Amino acid sequence: MAKVLVVTSGKGGVGKTTTTAALGAAIAQGGQSVCVVDFDVGLRNLDLVMGAERRVVYDLINVVNGDAKLNQAVIRDKRLETLHLLPASQTRDKDALTDEGVARVMEELREKFDWVICDSPAGIERGAQLAMRHADVAVVVTNPEVSSVRDSDRIIGLLDSKTIKAERGENMDKHLILTRYDPARADRGDMLKVEDVLEILSIPLLAIIPESQEVLRASNVGCPVTLNNPHCAPARAYSDAVRRLKGEELPMTMPTDRKSFLDKLFLRRAA
Amino acid sequence: MTLLGLFNKRASGSVARERLQLILAHERSETGQPDLVITLREEILAVIAKHVSVERDKVKITLERGEGVSTLGLDIELPLIASKTRTEAKPEKAALEKAAPEKRKQAA
Repeated sequence: MAKVLVVTSGKGGVGKTTTTAALGAAIAQGGQSVCVVDFDVGLRNLDLVMGAERRVVYDLINVVNGDAKLNQAVIRDKRLETLHLLPASQTRDKDALTDEGVARVMEELREKFDWVICDSPAGIERGAQLAMRHADVAVVVTNPEVSSVRDSDRIIGLLDSKTIKAERGENMDKHLILTRYDPARADRGDMLKVEDVLEILSIPLLAIIPESQEVLRASNVGCPVTLNNPHCAPARAYSDAVRRLKGEELPMTMPTDRKSFLDKLFLRRAA
Repeated sequence: MTLLGLFNKRASGSVARERLQLILAHERSETGQPDLVITLREEILAVIAKHVSVERDKVKITLERGEGVSTLGLDIELPLIASKTRTEAKPEKAALEKAAPEKRKQAA
């Protein structure tokens, strides 16, 4: 039975799209079939982060309207054959997404893939609510920063009231991914600590993604960070997140990029 | 950061710039005709439908946005039974095959 996961946050720019691509690629690397779905109608970007922007023909709204079949609209990743993308429409109005249409497409996605990962738009409006509506699991992406934590709290409230699971009286499975975390600044007391965020939001922690140049580098070249450099700190953190999502129990570590011998030599000389 | 890392960093920034320039040029030119691919598909399929019947699910359209041009690819499965001469030929062939064993019996 397929699992539908929503990546959401309320606030924009915290790393939803990066997280969607990274989790999707990490799951697909394990051999399971994945479709990442962009719900950000009018401002699509998942195609760009996945490096498929040049090959987009149809989008989610085309499938909802019946202008294209799901298998005609889904783009298969060139690097991983188990990884697929359903892009958002760039030109159409988000009102074109009907509740029934989205429900039908989600049902079909469930039949075809092991995992469906919905990349939510920012905000708490219709687009964000449609993205989370059919989810079995939610990943809340938060930066250790006051406005992001507050917006995440609002989104957690919506996950517990506006989803099909919540309406059925079931418990929505929610996990926190803390992104752009800088342990040195947190240690100095200049950043919210992991425990602070967990205490405020009170949902279980899935991963801590350290602030890293590897994330920007991966989006520059259009490759999920878990695929672009699987050994870098953020990629390892995302891979651990996937193992935890699949039920493994792993100790939570703060992944860091070890300085190589050359780095140390370079730094010492520079100093 | 290693020396190699320094080079990589510079490379990824310029890759980002080139990717953006290419996709934005396409998006700016596509805004006038948001449904161009669907219009083209319908008209091309209408022409093909005059000669053969095509299953819509068996039509695969690809688009590759490149430097200054886009390449449209149409992958259309044409069913074998669509040809009239073939469908007429089939029963005749079947009749011949049926007739053949009888002939052999007679010969025996």
